[in-house]
Amino acid sequence: MSQVADTSATPLDPGAPARGDHTAYDGLRLRALTKSFGGFTAVRSLDLDVPRGSFFALLGPSGCGKTTTLRMVAGLETPTSGTITLAGQDITYAKPYRRPVNTVFQSYALFPHLDIFENVAFGLRRRRQKDVDRRVQEMLELVELTSQARKRPAQLSGGQQQRVALARALINNPEVLLLDEPLGALDLKLRRSMQIEVKRIQVEVGRTFVHVTHDQEEAMTMADTVAVMNGGVIEQMGAPAELYENPRSTFVANFLGQSNLVEGRVLRRAADVTTVDMQGIEVSVPTARVHTDSDAGWVGIRPEKVLVGPPGEELDAPGNTIPGGVVSDVSFVGVSTQYLVRMPWGQELQVFSQNTGRTRLFTQGEPVELSWRPEYAFLLDRGQDVAAGSAERAGA
Amino acid sequence: MTSTAGVAPPVDVPGLPAEPPGELPPPTGRRRGGIGYLLLLPGLLWLALFFVVPFYSLVATSLYDPAGSDFRGYEMTWAVGNYVDALQEYWRPLLRSLWYGGLATVFCLVLGYVLAYAIAFKAGRWKNLMLVLVVAPFFTSFLVRTLSWKLILADDGWVVNTLQVLQVLGDDGRLLATPVAVVAGLTYNFLPFMVLPLYASLEKIDPRLVEASSDLYAHPAVGFFKVTWPLSLPGVVSGTLLTFIPAAGDYINAELLGSPNQRMVGGVIQSLFTDANDYPAAAALSMVLMVLIVVMVLVYVRRAGTEELL
Amino acid sequence: MNGLRWLREHLVLVLGLLVLAYTFVPIAVVVLMSFNAPASRNVYAFDAFTLDNWANPCADPGMCDALTRSVQIGLLATLVATVLGTLAAFALVRHDFAGRSATNLLVFLPMAAPEIVLGSSLLALFVATGFSGRLGFWTIFVAHVMFCLSFVVVAVRARLAGMDDHLEQAAMDLYATPLQTFWRVTFPLVFPGILGAALLSFSLSFDDFIITNLNAGTTTTFPMYVWGVAQRGVPMQVNVVGTVMFLVSVAIVVVGELGNRRRLAARA
Repeated sequence: MSQVADTSATPLDPGAPARGDHTAYDGLRLRALTKSFGGFTAVRSLDLDVPRGSFFALLGPSGCGKTTTLRMVAGLETPTSGTITLAGQDITYAKPYRRPVNTVFQSYALFPHLDIFENVAFGLRRRRQKDVDRRVQEMLELVELTSQARKRPAQLSGGQQQRVALARALINNPEVLLLDEPLGALDLKLRRSMQIEVKRIQVEVGRTFVHVTHDQEEAMTMADTVAVMNGGVIEQMGAPAELYENPRSTFVANFLGQSNLVEGRVLRRAADVTTVDMQGIEVSVPTARVHTDSDAGWVGIRPEKVLVGPPGEELDAPGNTIPGGVVSDVSFVGVSTQYLVRMPWGQELQVFSQNTGRTRLFTQGEPVELSWRPEYAFLLDRGQDVAAGSAERAGA
Repeated sequence: MTSTAGVAPPVDVPGLPAEPPGELPPPTGRRRGGIGYLLLLPGLLWLALFFVVPFYSLVATSLYDPAGSDFRGYEMTWAVGNYVDALQEYWRPLLRSLWYGGLATVFCLVLGYVLAYAIAFKAGRWKNLMLVLVVAPFFTSFLVRTLSWKLILADDGWVVNTLQVLQVLGDDGRLLATPVAVVAGLTYNFLPFMVLPLYASLEKIDPRLVEASSDLYAHPAVGFFKVTWPLSLPGVVSGTLLTFIPAAGDYINAELLGSPNQRMVGGVIQSLFTDANDYPAAAALSMVLMVLIVVMVLVYVRRAGTEELL
Repeated sequence: MNGLRWLREHLVLVLGLLVLAYTFVPIAVVVLMSFNAPASRNVYAFDAFTLDNWANPCADPGMCDALTRSVQIGLLATLVATVLGTLAAFALVRHDFAGRSATNLLVFLPMAAPEIVLGSSLLALFVATGFSGRLGFWTIFVAHVMFCLSFVVVAVRARLAGMDDHLEQAAMDLYATPLQTFWRVTFPLVFPGILGAALLSFSLSFDDFIITNLNAGTTTTFPMYVWGVAQRGVPMQVNVVGTVMFLVSVAIVVVGELGNRRRLAARA
């Protein structure tokens, strides 16, 4: 499976040779990259193009292979097979200290015996670069830590340490900056502000950032392109909105936000619309959002795309209308009200209703009708696990 | 190392040497073989030559013909009788060593627990200072400190005089050259071996656990025996072992503070070696002591249910 | 009543401090006796104040000889044990090889075995190999390295194992070659552990009596000297040495603690 970033300046032709002439591509390119630890394959024949200058997120639950991929790019792990090229140069087996790639570690890994200045200067000094003082000062200004230059890492707060780690890596002008769950150790509020901060810095320096995270919200907030990884392979890749609106697998549908997945059978396939029998009700799904060739499938719809109303009332034409629901649970969460609605076939569907004031609240036990616009629905392969990804979702 | 199957030879790029896999050790985890053995070799060799081989030598010596001497040489006659003789002749100092060592361990446990508990839970910001103070006296010579006790417990010293005034001791009662002095000396000298592991164990206990127990209607004493004490058991076990083993083998306290009636087995072994030159008997006695201690430790550790400590 | 309540609340701390005070009683006596001018050689009691013992520490040349020998052996044994032990600790933490657990056991046993057994084993070996006539400085040295080694391995191993792997990876990621990584990152971070192990080694070696006494032949170390004079009358200079040892160890601890404090204060 080849994955192509939508933002890619030079999209990869799926028919292009897997190895050979990489010199044309100026970004980071992984081809058939595989890493096995004994009998366990952490990363399975991964193909990936990360365009130069992009903010790229590798998103997935722990153990999905994203950190191993990152470590192979950093040179901290040797691939079992496959190649890594960067700006046309093969760096698959280059030693970590010989590749123009720098890492921000999850634990920051700041040198406790050196002060902030020397931590940031470390890479420059190893390569005997000139102008160390000036460049470190500039970098400390960029991350707003000029006044802390002579302190030791242990004297800084978590957010400050995080910025030192970023500065220490960035000062080397890496072709690619790798970020390994860099915000994982911070509390929620600090994490949100650091997400914006890191994004600002990325735009300012214009370097390629590859960010590994298990937090879908973080990935979607920061990255131009998100690759969702699971079980050592990439499930789907694209811009955050596209991934969210049009997931291609149950894993992506559940891991990135929440989805209602209802069993259905394809009745008719037309060029623009596919008609599906969903538990006895005919619903339409745009053919472009059908991701299965077989007749059995999961009809997917995001909870906030579902409208809820009293039985018999026209909600929003032209819609797929599903009658016979009964409200089984109501949670009022302020901006929205979250309903669980038990359908005639026994399944409970989730509905998030914005509290715009235009719709009234429904109470538990009340009969309701659900409806959604056909263009929001998607159809996934029936062979996939309906619950895949829901347990792994962070911050659900 | 990782397999290289299916990898095309990396393109050689100037400035970015693409080296074949196998030369780059995985930076995480442990590296195999090679240099590891080399680093380990000198140390292991030293321990093998001067710890393992000597132990074998001790076993052999304990089975030599007891009639041997430095002049006549020694003969291996598998003289198991050496053990019987050693036990028959020296069972008193042997048992006394275990008894005194055990008593000193119990006293150390009581004193050490109080001290470790105070440091772990009550010392506040003086914690580090108190820990330093626990260790500081023990960097002063063992023998000089023990001699100092000899003075403190002397017949006309203030301790004896006070105890005589209080009628705890009779008018001609004394401390020096009694089991009391020997056990007191042992207790004193091995106290830090008890305090430090106890402290390490107590320090890990979350004080909120004790609060939770009192929240759940446990009297402080009950809370201690149901929560603190069981959680500190690993420290108790390692502390008692670290105290008992050297205390049972020690003879400095017995010789300096006691009389021949308080002789401990270490002193007997020492004089058999250096004064009597009766190596087979000395080696046999040494072996007996070692075996007794190992057996006691194993039984104790098994009963304490913390075998994983060893 | 308030006093009683205070005592109740602080009972454990008070008892703990009493135990701590008890450990200092002999030290106080040693310091006091270092200023003692004894009336006779055999009576060990405080008779009159004098500075003579401090002015003439080597009044008994035998003591200063023994002291010098103990320092020499201590330094040499510490050097060798620290180097060998540090190498072994690196191997145990950083390298994988057959017989790891056996090696760990071999390192652990010398610390657990009673000294008298260690000492007699070594003597048995020296006798069996015909070295019984050549006991002295070098046999003591060999013995001291043996029992210090395990303590060094344990101390350095703990320090190494507590080090974040990512620090070295970060160094390599920041263009440090393996050699630079070792000298710029690994060694400075492990050094306090090595230093601590060396200090412990020296103190163990300097203070050892039981193993030394069995393997010393006619050579006398400071503890052996004290042992000898304990039978026939102790020169007060022994207390001068005891006091100096105490002061030096306290000074080392204070310097170390001040270093910690400075780091902590800078953190605040």
